[in-house]
This record gives sequence, structure tokens and C-alpha cells, in this order.
Amino acid sequence: MTRKKRRLYLLGLSLGGLAVAAALALIAFQDNLLFFYSPSDLQAKTLAPEQRFRLGGLVAEESFEHLSDGITVRFVVTDLTNTIPVVFAGILPDLFREGQGVVAEGRLRADGVFEASDVLAKHDETYMPREVADALKQSGEWRGDE
Amino acid sequence: MSDFLAMGGYAVYVWSAYAIAALVLVVLLAMSLGALKRREAALRLLEAAREARPRGEPTGSGSAPVPESSR
Amino acid sequence: MALPDRMAYLTVAMHRFANPARFQRIATAILPWSAGLTVLLLAAGLYLGLVASPADYQQGDTVRIMYIHVPSAWMALFIYANMALASAVGFVWRHPLADLFCRAVAPVGAGFTAVCLITGSLWGEPMWGTWWVWDARLTSVLILFFLYLGYIALVNAFDDPVRGLKAGAILVLVGVVNLPIIKFSVDWWNTLHQPASVSRLGRPALDPAMLTPLMVMAAAFMAYFVTLALLRTRAELLNRRIQVLQMARGAS
Repeated sequence: MTRKKRRLYLLGLSLGGLAVAAALALIAFQDNLLFFYSPSDLQAKTLAPEQRFRLGGLVAEESFEHLSDGITVRFVVTDLTNTIPVVFAGILPDLFREGQGVVAEGRLRADGVFEASDVLAKHDETYMPREVADALKQSGEWRGDE
Repeated sequence: MSDFLAMGGYAVYVWSAYAIAALVLVVLLAMSLGALKRREAALRLLEAAREARPRGEPTGSGSAPVPESSR
Repeated sequence: MALPDRMAYLTVAMHRFANPARFQRIATAILPWSAGLTVLLLAAGLYLGLVASPADYQQGDTVRIMYIHVPSAWMALFIYANMALASAVGFVWRHPLADLFCRAVAPVGAGFTAVCLITGSLWGEPMWGTWWVWDARLTSVLILFFLYLGYIALVNAFDDPVRGLKAGAILVLVGVVNLPIIKFSVDWWNTLHQPASVSRLGRPALDPAMLTPLMVMAAAFMAYFVTLALLRTRAELLNRRIQVLQMARGAS
């Protein structure tokens, strides 16, 4: 075969081999690459009691409340299948609200409540002007903060 | 106008983003044009020198021509 | 390098110069158009993005950062893909311009990646509540940035420019596996960064009032890239000729 053809095959095989190696590595490290666990993930897994991790999901509707000490807040994270209650005593991001996505970092207490040290808002990929959002809400076609 | 500048309270974030983008794009352009000009100038010098060389250096005496050694 | 190698390099390099004249002609023809388009599209994009488009229902005016952040992300990926293609072409077909083009556009790609990362942080802090997270999307884009920097360092580290370009080509091709990882990171893993808005079929996730400034800015960045790619590749060609002439002088 010509030298050019040989180089072409060499390139193709090398790239193919590299792709396979990368895929295998990523599959092997699946767990470590997860940025957060959902409440359902937690049901399936058993974690060490003091292990820190991130919990992600939606803030359940009508679950948000301020606790009596004036600083701590409590809300429930849901993935529409399972729920986990969360307490947090820090500053909430601007976008935090019920029905909105959230990622909380902290640990799961023995009583099943997640004690968060940090709370981030996670928003979806939908973008629209306020007027459009208002119109959708009025017409009843609002799909919520999916 | 002040509403425009305020960006709904997010002025710092929005304007910094546009500023850094402008900075990077302008600096890249300036560096690219600068490098091009410098190299064009250097090339002109080198090619002028290359033209001049085969005619030999101007000397006082009519000596034998210096043998070509380029290439 | 030893004298025989030097002569061989000179011969090979001189042989390559048959091609560049054609590139120079094409570049001279295209440059005024790409430069003009860049200015027009940037002006239009900035007006649309900052003035003539609405704020987002949930993200407010921070959505205007998207008109910088997303196009620069697209360019960061696009330029690297071009470098990978050029590296492959240079390796298989030994085309003289391929490696020079690759070296020329690397800093532009690095620049766009930096803009993407920085504007991303500026957007993330008010919206997510953090400047940075090590999720799959952000981490893989940071890796892309390091690949660009690594390539630039590598090609400049060699005395022999041809060997430097060969080493760089290998680095680029090894790193190309990062591109699909970046693209699909938000689908494959739980990330803080949200999924793609533009590539969805069916119900579009971006209102047209926001899609327009985004696309105009993307076109502006593309025109800018074409302009710079032509300027910088031209400079690389001149540089190679300079090196050849300097070596010829040195050898005489």
C-alpha cells in the first residue's frame, strides 16, 4: 500500500483506539463524575454517614419555610419520585425558589434530613421574555420550571 | 439610559463580560497585525540583502569576483 | 542541526513555496470582505444583544451574557476541530499549509476559550450562586483551554519548527476526544450546567427574540475568526520564508 494510505490507516486506528480508551475510562469513573445525586439515587445507594456529597433536584412546591431561629430555612428536594428534606443556614442564590432546580452540598444527617453547607440554583435551558412567560401562565399552558 | 447601564442590577456582571470579550478580541487582532507588519518588514530587509549580495561589496581595487556561496 | 540536515530542510522548505502564492492571492481577496462583515455583524449583534432584545423571565438581564458566552464556546470548539482536521491532513497528505494554519489559529482558539470560561463565571455567580464548579461541562472546557496552551507551548519548544509542528499535531489529535465529551457532558452526567438550548428539535428552548442576537453574534465571531486566521496564516508563511532566508544566509 502507498505510504499515504498507511499513514491514513495509522491515524484512523490511533484515533479509534484513543476513543475506546477514553470511553472505558469514563465508564469506569462514572460515579466520581456525577456532580450530584438525586433523591432517587440516594435511595439506591448507601453512603457512609459523614460523607459529604451534593444533592440535586427540584425545590418541592410549598415546602419552603423559615425556621424559628430566623436564619435557618427548610425545604424539600424532590425528583418527582422521591424526596429529601433539607435545612440550610446561609445565603440563597437569586434564582432559588419553589419549583426551581437546586443543588445542595452537605451531608445527610442520621434523621434523614440533609444538612446543606452550600446551595446553588440550577436553571433549565429555556429562555423567554417576561411577556411570553406571563402570557403562557395566563393561558394555562405554563409548563412550570421543568 | 441609567436603566440600560444598570442591567437590572447585574451591571457588574454583564458589562465585565462584554469588556473582557472586547479586550481579548482587540488584543488578538492587534498582536496579529503587529506580527504581520514586523515580518513583512523583516522579509523586505532579507530580500533586499539577498538582491545586493551577488553584486559583491563595493571595493576600491578591481579584484577578482568573490565566488558564489549562497545555496 | 548538522549541515547536511540543514541543506535538506532548505531544499524541502523551498519546494513548499510553490503553494503559498495561491494562498496569498485567496487571502488578499477574502480579507476585506471578512473584515467588513466582522464589523457589521458585531455592530448589529451588540445592538440586538444589549438594546433591542428583552430580558429573560427568570435570568433577567444576565441573559445578555449568553450572547458572548455561547458564541465564544462554539468558536472554541470549532477552532479546535479545525486544528484537529489540519493536523490529520498534515499528517496524512503532508500539505504544507496545514500545520502552519494549525499553529496560526491556536491562540485565537485559546482566546475564545478564555472568554467562554470568564463570561461563564460572570454569569454563574449571580445565577447559580458560584463562580466555578467542577462539573463535567466546566471541567472539560477548562481542559480544552489547557490543550490550547499546551499546544502553543509545545510547538514553540522545539528548535526545529517542523518537528515542533509534528509534536503539536499529535497533541491536538490526542486531545480531540475532549470535544464530544464537552458536547455531551450535560447529557451524560448530572451537571450544574444546563443542557443545550439550541440543538433541540421540536419545541425550541430559545425565544426568537433571543435566538436572533445569539446567531448574529455567532456569525460575527466566525467572520472575526476567518479574518484572523487569514492574517495569522499569512504571517506564518512569511515567517517560514524568513527562516529559510536566514538559514541560507547562515549557510553561505
